[in-house]
Amino acid sequence: MLPNILSVVTFLPLVGALAVTLLRFLARADDKPAIDRNAKWIALWTTLITLAVSVVLVAQFDQSNPGFQFVERYDWFAGATYSMGVDGISVLFVLLTAFLLPLCIVASWSSIKERVVEYMIAFLVLETLVIGVFTATDLFLFYIFFEGGLVPMFLIIGIWGGKNRVYAAYKFFLYTLLGSILMLGAMLYMAATAHTTSIPELMKHHFDPEVQLFLWVAFTASFAVKMPMWPVHTWLPDAHVEAPTAGSVILAGILLKLGGYGFLRFNLPMFPHASEVFTPLIFTLSVIAIVYTSLVAFRQTDIKKLIAYSSVAHMGFVTMGIFAGNAIGVQGAIFQMLSHGVISGALFLCVGVVYDRMHTREIAFYGGLVNRMPWYAATFMLFTMANVGLPGTSGFVGEILTMTGTYSVSTWTVIVAASGVIFSAVYALTVYRRVVFGEMTNPKLMDITDLDWREVAIFAPLIVGTLALGVYPKLVFAVTQASVDALVSTYSAAIGG
Amino acid sequence: MSPQTLVTILVFAPLLGAIVAGLFGRRIGHVPSMAVTTGLLFLSCLIAWINFVANFNGAPKFLVELLPFIQIGDFQSTWSIRVDTLSSVMLVVVTSVSALVHLYSWGYMAEDDSKPRFFAYLSLFTFAMLALVTANDFMQLFFGWEGVGLASYLLIGFWFKKPTANAAAIKAFVVNRVGDFGFALGIMTVFWMFHTIRFDQLFPLIPSMLNKGWDFAGQHWSALDLAGALLFVGAMGKSAQFFLHTWLPDAMEGPTPVSALIHAATMVTAGVYMVCLLSPIYEHAPVARDIVIMIGAITSLFAATVGLAQNDIKRVIAYSTCSQLGYMFIAAGVGAYQAGMFHLFTHAFFKALLFLGAGSVIHAMHHEQDMRAMGALRKKIPVTWAVMMIGTIAITGLGIPEIMGHGLGFAGFYSKDGILEAAYKAGLSNPTANFGFLVGLAVAGLTAFYSWRLIFMTFEGKPKWGAHPHDDHAGHHAQIESHSEPDTHGHDDHGHGHGHTPHESPWVMLVPLLVLSVGAIAAGFVFAPYFIGEDHDAFWRGAIFVSANNHVLNEMELPAWVTWSPLAVSVLGLLVACYFYLLKPELPPRIAAQKGPIWTFLYNKWFFDEIYDFIFVKGAKLLGDLFWKVGDQKLIDGLGPNGFARASLEGGKRVAKVQTGYVYHYAFVMLLGVLGLLSYGIWLAS
Repeated sequence: MLPNILSVVTFLPLVGALAVTLLRFLARADDKPAIDRNAKWIALWTTLITLAVSVVLVAQFDQSNPGFQFVERYDWFAGATYSMGVDGISVLFVLLTAFLLPLCIVASWSSIKERVVEYMIAFLVLETLVIGVFTATDLFLFYIFFEGGLVPMFLIIGIWGGKNRVYAAYKFFLYTLLGSILMLGAMLYMAATAHTTSIPELMKHHFDPEVQLFLWVAFTASFAVKMPMWPVHTWLPDAHVEAPTAGSVILAGILLKLGGYGFLRFNLPMFPHASEVFTPLIFTLSVIAIVYTSLVAFRQTDIKKLIAYSSVAHMGFVTMGIFAGNAIGVQGAIFQMLSHGVISGALFLCVGVVYDRMHTREIAFYGGLVNRMPWYAATFMLFTMANVGLPGTSGFVGEILTMTGTYSVSTWTVIVAASGVIFSAVYALTVYRRVVFGEMTNPKLMDITDLDWREVAIFAPLIVGTLALGVYPKLVFAVTQASVDALVSTYSAAIGG
Repeated sequence: MSPQTLVTILVFAPLLGAIVAGLFGRRIGHVPSMAVTTGLLFLSCLIAWINFVANFNGAPKFLVELLPFIQIGDFQSTWSIRVDTLSSVMLVVVTSVSALVHLYSWGYMAEDDSKPRFFAYLSLFTFAMLALVTANDFMQLFFGWEGVGLASYLLIGFWFKKPTANAAAIKAFVVNRVGDFGFALGIMTVFWMFHTIRFDQLFPLIPSMLNKGWDFAGQHWSALDLAGALLFVGAMGKSAQFFLHTWLPDAMEGPTPVSALIHAATMVTAGVYMVCLLSPIYEHAPVARDIVIMIGAITSLFAATVGLAQNDIKRVIAYSTCSQLGYMFIAAGVGAYQAGMFHLFTHAFFKALLFLGAGSVIHAMHHEQDMRAMGALRKKIPVTWAVMMIGTIAITGLGIPEIMGHGLGFAGFYSKDGILEAAYKAGLSNPTANFGFLVGLAVAGLTAFYSWRLIFMTFEGKPKWGAHPHDDHAGHHAQIESHSEPDTHGHDDHGHGHGHTPHESPWVMLVPLLVLSVGAIAAGFVFAPYFIGEDHDAFWRGAIFVSANNHVLNEMELPAWVTWSPLAVSVLGLLVACYFYLLKPELPPRIAAQKGPIWTFLYNKWFFDEIYDFIFVKGAKLLGDLFWKVGDQKLIDGLGPNGFARASLEGGKRVAKVQTGYVYHYAFVMLLGVLGLLSYGIWLAS
């Protein structure tokens, strides 16, 4: 067993980033192609090793233990500690992050030509910060990772983004700012009253029910933006449209999960009373998100925007499941987040494939791609179906479980939410038809090529993941079950249920 | 090999074929792909019949559990293969028709250059359908349910260059999703009531929940009725029942073998199968059952009336299917699940026969589907004519009651009369069932009329496929017509067969027709005693639950008019068709040309497409634009970030400054955070 495996998995990418930086300064400045190539290879190997370590982490994870494992704890400064640990709720998100990052590096291999070194550094730093969010068990350590992760994401959108990147990054910034300030204030208050910054200890601390309401709102302000929940979702479509493909993959695949993870880590266990009080609000916002953004997605002309809106709708199922507060709902929510990480990542990569070739995401530009790109068409079809929640793909499991879990809590919520499965079919199949089916009429498309070996290598693991999770979801549930059961029983005991 | 191993092979053989043909079809070539899929399907078919015969001889039912699926707390779902009489019947139906359709497609799709893909989809469909019928819990049922929907979507849109095919595929998927919306809610209702989704655990619990429900508006609403009604919404989608039927006629955009397999014999009957499978719920849900009867009866009447006025040969059969499915639901609704299953069984043979026969006609006519351009084909394609005659006699239920114990006739005669008799018996105590009976009787006449109309227009009269162009193609009629197939099909002539002499289909297409003919002739006579006759208890062996007060299948003396009237209306339909299409063939075009209100109403399918398009499609677009342009852009962004931006930009800052500044802003906030931390630490220390 590796000592300090959590620190290793968290900071390995940072070491890779330092290596790339060193390379930059040591190599002869006039040999740009060599520097770029080496930077890519260092980044790829770093992310692959990180993936290997996180696989070891999951393999050694004790599934029957509901508490934090691989715990590390050192005194830090000012009463805060450097403490790490993972439980069944967080460990798979570490794996998801480590799984998606190598794919991002490969996806950027030839599409990023400017500032390659900086790009690789940004992604490696981002990986460290995101993994850190899931491994940190100290309030302030969490905060640093949680907010810090947005800086490289900012840079990725702002430097390698499209033509409206400034507006997008600005919007992203503005929304995040609001949430962060409130959350930070709440954290300071909690540390002061509970006299600890340790998340496991805070979970045992009973906050005054009145106070819980304020703390809950403050944390939710931050997490709701990250999810994003309606009505603070409008930054997401713009951010996605402007972000490079790999940036979108990380944004949809991982960063959106920080909000849901936060709800599970803070709101439910620490503020159970407030969670119960605000559950109707969350349910309402969730179903509005599902219906509203599905209809908006239907009208989009830009493929990426469509997928972005679709993500908001899918995250609506997550918030609904979490606040159902029972094992089925919470398991479903976690599963939905992991599954959406794979599926939305894959969908953005699908867009990236044609964007790299044609440099446009306008749906109307395309049509009839299947005539030239049969393998691409099949891949895109698979993920489209996964996105609409076809049973047998991972997309189904999360949706049906979050709905089933919520049914006993609020049947009306589920009735509205279930209509989302109709809308998702409408927009997803419509865009697929317009891009892939039909005659190829645009002469610019005539020479378009099918997936190359590099793209096949990117999609293959995603396809395997989507189908494996869809057919055998126990892969996830076996890991999450103990921790979720503990969380749910504590929660229902706290609210007197 | 043990029966367990055999059925496992049965279920997975088509999946293997689909994977081989789908992934490696381009590499291994057309013929190997077709041979692998077809061969594996015949293997499945063989095992299905072995299993069916064993079941006949009293082999016990069994359950093969393969792998855990979704398992959380009480929500326990397992990938499994449930074999009892009900699933054994379906296994035989599905694999037999599928194997024959695979074989038939060798000929029908001979000129298509995407054969591996086609065969892969067919096999994939078959696998999903087998998963559906062998499910032991709602999750696997739902997997099969949506899996067949996927295959249906892919096959309707098989000729992906055709915009109409693509539109029809999406329509099929989306309308089915509307059904699945209800289906999913039904499943959740069941889980909420019983804390299980496994059939073997659920069914024994049902009697304990009879009183569960709500008092609302001075009445008691049973939760079981609610569950039954919601689940039935799913069945309405899949089986194209009234309100959710609009996708089925459009689904005829797919290649004809697909129509035979999916949209006639198997997938669309999944709803009927589901209701029969859940007979323990429906037996205790009288309100839900009345809904089933009403919807079934309305559908059968509606579809039969529309079928009267259609000219596309496939669409006539499609509406006929819709109508016959309504019959099956009438049967299930009145409590004669066995009769519903029996009609499902016989219908699979004669409707697959009719569709494949129509395919043979279309093949002969070089992809012309408009019956007004046919006529006098009997001598040109005699084998096709003969099998179509068999199918038509079977569907119109021609037969002589009250001789040889059960009467004597082709397949449809037994099953249709079985349904009508059961509905009559149930109608003695239930007015809704009585309604079902009367509608069913009327529809028998309509069925005879449109079925014979099809035969006469196609095979009799004067040939209309000579050299002259058909000038009766009115403009609006092009929208429902879909003859030309895409260029991939290798047909250069889009002249709708003009100038060609119709030719009989190759043997690879005729053999499946002949095999199905045997079924259409004999399936009723052979199996009636077991499905609905005196041996039905020994045959079903509890696979269908019948409550103690349900006597619709018991022997009972029926008035002579009940026994004879189905035959009478059927003959009447035949005679009317004779009059209009043999004796006075100039009349129908004249009626159509007048465009009277009734004709217009029927020809336009009761204007369902137009109404739905107006309400749902336009409504969704309107709401989507409203939410997007007003909600997101004007309200949320306008008041939120953009408003903020405007305010801050008015301070004289230029965009460029913001551009370089935003990271610093952010860093500044981070810094604030760290400062806050530090001051907190200092405060603690002091």
